[in-house]
Amino acid sequence: MSAIVRLTQRAAQLLTAGLAAAVLAGCERPPVTSIQNGFRGTGMEQVNNPRTDRITVAMNQSPAPSDPASPDGPKASQIYKNVPLLGHLSVGEFARVMTSITAWVAPTEGCSYCHIGDNYADNSKYTKAVASRMIQMTQQINANWKPHVADTGVTCFTCHRGQAVPRQVWYAPQDRKYAANSVMGDLAGQNLAAPSVGLSSLPFDPFTPYLLQDKPIRVNGNEALRFTGAAANRHTTKQAEHTYALMMHMSNSLGVNCTFCHNTRAFQSWEEAPPQRVTAWHGIRMVRDLNNDYLVPLTKTFPPNRLGPMGDVAKVNCATCHQGVNKPLLGVQLAKFYPELQSAKKAIAAADGLPPPLAEASRSVLYFAVGSAVLEGEQARGMSLLIATMVSTPSTKATISGYHSASGELSANQELAKQRAFTVRDSLLAAGVMSERVVLEKPLSAEANLAGEDPAARRVEVTVK
Amino acid sequence: MAQFQPLFSIENQNLFTEVQPTGPLHGGPALPRGDWRRTGKPFLFHLLGRIGNAQIGPIYLGGLGVASLVFGTLAFNIIGFNMLASVDWSPLQLIRQLFWLALEPPPPAFGLSIPPLAQGGWWLIVGFLLTVSILLWWARTYRRARQLGLGTHVAWAFAAAIWLYLVCGFFRPIMMGSWSEAVPFGIFPHLDWVSALSLRHGNLFYNPFHALSIVFLYGSVLLFAMHGATILAVSRFGGEREIEQIVDRGTASERAALFWRWTMGFNASMESIHRWAWWFAVLCPLVGGIGILLTGPVVDNWYLWSMKHGVVPSYPAVWPVSVDPGLLGAKP
Repeated sequence: MSAIVRLTQRAAQLLTAGLAAAVLAGCERPPVTSIQNGFRGTGMEQVNNPRTDRITVAMNQSPAPSDPASPDGPKASQIYKNVPLLGHLSVGEFARVMTSITAWVAPTEGCSYCHIGDNYADNSKYTKAVASRMIQMTQQINANWKPHVADTGVTCFTCHRGQAVPRQVWYAPQDRKYAANSVMGDLAGQNLAAPSVGLSSLPFDPFTPYLLQDKPIRVNGNEALRFTGAAANRHTTKQAEHTYALMMHMSNSLGVNCTFCHNTRAFQSWEEAPPQRVTAWHGIRMVRDLNNDYLVPLTKTFPPNRLGPMGDVAKVNCATCHQGVNKPLLGVQLAKFYPELQSAKKAIAAADGLPPPLAEASRSVLYFAVGSAVLEGEQARGMSLLIATMVSTPSTKATISGYHSASGELSANQELAKQRAFTVRDSLLAAGVMSERVVLEKPLSAEANLAGEDPAARRVEVTVK
Repeated sequence: MAQFQPLFSIENQNLFTEVQPTGPLHGGPALPRGDWRRTGKPFLFHLLGRIGNAQIGPIYLGGLGVASLVFGTLAFNIIGFNMLASVDWSPLQLIRQLFWLALEPPPPAFGLSIPPLAQGGWWLIVGFLLTVSILLWWARTYRRARQLGLGTHVAWAFAAAIWLYLVCGFFRPIMMGSWSEAVPFGIFPHLDWVSALSLRHGNLFYNPFHALSIVFLYGSVLLFAMHGATILAVSRFGGEREIEQIVDRGTASERAALFWRWTMGFNASMESIHRWAWWFAVLCPLVGGIGILLTGPVVDNWYLWSMKHGVVPSYPAVWPVSVDPGLLGAKP
């Protein structure tokens, strides 16, 4: 009897220890820190583990910019052949940026990673073709994706980190070996321990539908009850799983919780969402553009060994730049020391050159680009100030009037002025302002100047009282 | 009996049955004509006697039990072989990723039609087999209770759980017009389904039936703890003989009742506490099932529903109000 008991006791202890080890192996050891980032009691907080943070911080150190070069002296295009992208730089600036790129992308391979040793103008290496396209991509991001990268911008190092192929890229996943003609074992694109979605069993390729194609990410409707017909919200639970998978990728890539961008009691709500969600929204569009405009077109340029299992090119997702932190390289502004990467021929952002939006308690003026009914950049910020005013003074009404400039055809312009007013109205309604508090008022003359293209004329005026 | 040696050196803590009186093994009362015989020669297993009854068997299988096991085994094996196929027939990966693997319902495109085997057909077959198996097992619990002259409380409690199972996997998908809305057969995947369902329908926590279900779930736990503690506490006065205490109230009952009346002013009786526990347990899946059945077929978004009906507060803005960039006309 006692032998049995002793044996059982021993076995039970071993089993308990084994189970505890197995269960805890996947855990990070406490304590963790949590920082409140929303209204008290709503669970809006960011949880951080100082021990894993130390590793992440060490892995995300930015290199120092190299010493500035003199803009004087002959242009690179006068000295070198075949320098279409950066030929406008001085020879000194040109050498500086080339050296930096080498250090960022191919520090061990050196110049010969892209160039033929005795003829740097030669185009025969595929790496050179890719690199010049990537320089253009960097310029595009810095010039035209300010809503996402702001003034921090990006350099080659943001993704490459001293490696020719960035550590975090994605390819279309290969199906299982016996998928063809198999009657059993359909994965339905999910149900494996997939690193791409934080080792969850969620759909393991959220990138193709959302970061390459533009399948709808939002699954929530705007109505409490179910509607049929055209008003119905037909998004399925399976679509929600795909959206969830994309969000797991974002959360993992940025090292943040859901609450970084969402008020998790109502994921769909923009009014209750932290401002970071807007940045992330632009990030998704940015990544989609980069994949379609810059990376997929390079598919034939790369040799087969650089392609994925399905023959597709390496593409970017959130992790490519972020690598575990919400601001890549912890927000260090390296790009500003490399003006040539801000865009050689600086593309003028559509919203540039507009007067700053007026946002007073009783009157707002928002300005639009030529031919546009879109609020961009500073103007969008003006819109959110207007919304804040409306939300904080619930007894007021907003009267909206749209205007256009004198240049162009009058009827089209009047339609444009109307659309501009609609944009502002829809933003107010979407932010939860009741429709009876929003009044559209057609001005006596929507034409706001006498002749020509005046930025101050293309506007919407809102009176709040 | 041999000298008692405690496990983990815990004595007098009411963790284990410390004394096991044994007598001749009992095969159970005689069964009426038409019933099967009981299977297996009963034997004693000392360690089980420490947490329950030491006697194992005989078991009554019967026609319903056998049929239920056949259907259940078929379902279990089809799920297992699909999981195995999904990791390219690697037994090692089957073990490693077991919690992640699943047999997934068909994609939404198939609606309520019968999908090909490779795209949810197996799921539909398994759903049928498993449902038949569960219903047969329910009939078995009902019939066994009747044969023993018991009430059918266990069968109806089980039926409450079956209701929730059928709502998730059968009634709601039919009302939504798509098998794809149903639950996958898999450990983590069925949890992902729960989260996705909640996310799709604007946060299930704002579903009042979900809230009620949680009340009964946690309530069950609380009642279980209170009742277990009470009986253990009065077992020194014979309180563990609950059935006797119901009809012949002794000092154990009196003290237990007094304790609760003194601490919270009210006490259940030896009999009524079990009705409390039964109703709490049964109502948990019952109201939960109603909540799931409304989610989608009636209510599309519980957050908006709750805001509309003033169920939840709105909180002061902490950040400058964000505007949906998609509505500002920026490129989508």
